[in-house]
Amino acid sequence: MGIDLRYPIGLLFAVFGVLLVLYGLLGGTADYSRSLGINVNLWWGLIMLIFGGLMFFAAYRKSGKRGSS
Amino acid sequence: MHQSTELHWIDYLVILIYFGFVLAIGFILRRFIRTSSDFLASGRSIPAWVAGLAFLSANLGAQEVIGMAASGAKYGIATSHFYWLGAIPAMVFVGIFMMPFYYGSKARSVPDYLSLRFDEKTRGFNAITFAVMTVMSSGISMYAMALLIQTLHIFDSLVGALGLPNTWVFHISIIVSAIIVLGYIFLGGLTSAIYNEVIQFFLIVAGFLPLVTLGLINVGGWEGLKEKLKPAYLHAWAGLDNPQHNPLGVEWFSLIMGLGFVLSFGYWCTDFLVVQRAMAADSMASARRTPLIAAVPKMLFPFLVILPGLLALALTSPVNTGGPDAAKGSPPAASANATNPVSLIPPQTNPETGQIVKDEKGEPVLNYNMVIPNMLLRYFPSGMLGIGLTALLASFMSGMAGNVTAFNTVWTYDIYQSYIRRGEDDRHYLRMAQFATVFGVAASVAVAYFVAAFNNIMDVLQLVFAFVNAPLFATFLLGMFWKRATGHGAFFGLVIGTLAAALHQGLTLSEGATPGVKGAWIALLHSYPSEMAQNFWTAIYAWVVCFVVTIVVSLFTQPRPDNELRGLVYSLTEKDTSARGRWYTRPVPLGIGVLILTLILNIIFF
Repeated sequence: MGIDLRYPIGLLFAVFGVLLVLYGLLGGTADYSRSLGINVNLWWGLIMLIFGGLMFFAAYRKSGKRGSS
Repeated sequence: MHQSTELHWIDYLVILIYFGFVLAIGFILRRFIRTSSDFLASGRSIPAWVAGLAFLSANLGAQEVIGMAASGAKYGIATSHFYWLGAIPAMVFVGIFMMPFYYGSKARSVPDYLSLRFDEKTRGFNAITFAVMTVMSSGISMYAMALLIQTLHIFDSLVGALGLPNTWVFHISIIVSAIIVLGYIFLGGLTSAIYNEVIQFFLIVAGFLPLVTLGLINVGGWEGLKEKLKPAYLHAWAGLDNPQHNPLGVEWFSLIMGLGFVLSFGYWCTDFLVVQRAMAADSMASARRTPLIAAVPKMLFPFLVILPGLLALALTSPVNTGGPDAAKGSPPAASANATNPVSLIPPQTNPETGQIVKDEKGEPVLNYNMVIPNMLLRYFPSGMLGIGLTALLASFMSGMAGNVTAFNTVWTYDIYQSYIRRGEDDRHYLRMAQFATVFGVAASVAVAYFVAAFNNIMDVLQLVFAFVNAPLFATFLLGMFWKRATGHGAFFGLVIGTLAAALHQGLTLSEGATPGVKGAWIALLHSYPSEMAQNFWTAIYAWVVCFVVTIVVSLFTQPRPDNELRGLVYSLTEKDTSARGRWYTRPVPLGIGVLILTLILNIIFF
């Protein structure tokens, strides 16, 4: 019904991923001693971005198939 | 309090994006709503994987997330019984055996099935009690959320900037969550609720997986965790020979029968809140797969929601030598993490006086519900903290939305259309369903304030829910698998089973509890080693009474002719052959696979 849910999930995770990566790279205020010295924003942001991209790609591939058949 | 209670702009931004996003989904789905079935049943068009994840998420309200971590800290790995024993087998059963009747009968709700199978009074009893309970539960979870947010003090500076006192955090939490939940359900109906539940599922994973990972690194891995905890906290089954040998205070029989059979099957197989998600699936094959797909992440969720509790326990008391009592006795020592000395399991404070609550021995009572929020504040720097809080807020709102969508369907179809106004055109019922959504949310807000004003009322309400739910599965089991069961039998079985639950609870008490809402409000005939044991036995008695009364009354009353029961009872329904294809798409092999994996998990953590 309506829209393929993978688009909105992909979009949300991609947006969150980009935000976290940028903040992880540029945001000097974050206190990484809490996360045991790991830049968790950068790394988890990358993972969220990749997940979002995969969701988007899966939905795009499916709609492409449907369009051609 | 401490520094970590400050949120940065990035955290606010993440939360705001999420709020905007859920409302946008409602707006986009709005144009697909034309009939009451679109609004209340998603037009039966949801793919299996979406329905499956929503089936899981609808139950993952914040009380579940917060409560499971709290139980993890209180009871240890044995808490996973609530998943592996108290959910998976019932989810497999509803998918393989019950969905053919729910979905195949074209019933629009669980009470609607009861009216097709039995009679109007059975439907009426179930519909009315269910409608009242969903609104109450939604209000209770709203209250719990607002209280938690207020206790965290994370929005104090925001509210302060608006020139309002701190107590307004509570009111704003309730108003904002009510408006957002109302907004996206009113616009997009059940589809909107389901889509948001699936997004919530991924957000919970995104928020909790790094939390558990950081916690595990901090504690020194799995081995480090084992060293810091008492052995009793590390086993699911080993101490179950005797209630004294395990932190739950129950023995294996009442655990398996009470939790694993009566309560679990009563909830997962008959509660319309979850069953509604499967009934919205796009085909019989998808409907049957829905609970089975949900079961796969469900069996792994203890690692996300229970493990934080164990980690908090290990990190709070470096040498945890005692059981639950010792944990209470030693005020948590300053932990290894020097940047944040605040304990992960703080003592409870009285919201009015701000003083620490103490038990009879004069020792502080611990507030286990703070485990998850405190873990988030301790391990997540700004940025990631926004994601973690969003996951928590998402689970709060989904729990509420699940109740509201179940309420508006039962109200519209099973109460309004059945008893108040029949035979109107569909537009009328669509408008009523939208109105019921507004009413459901407004009533939840009222309940939230009612609970806030009379704190003990929450215990009483949850007690009544338990009485009503305990006998339900007996009625459905007999209804679906014994064609001789009659409407009179079902109705009196349910009513007397509910009364039996109340009677049993009124005559028993757990050790150390005072008579009243905890039991023995009639007389004290028997003592159980723990409140959990008492609850399990209450459920077992209620179920047996309902089962026996339904059979006896059915045998003395007129059965319905076979041709009226086709598609409603096992022996009179053709086997579902719609699910062909690869083995992992067929319900039976999928169900067996899920059960085997669950068994392996139980053996690993025996």
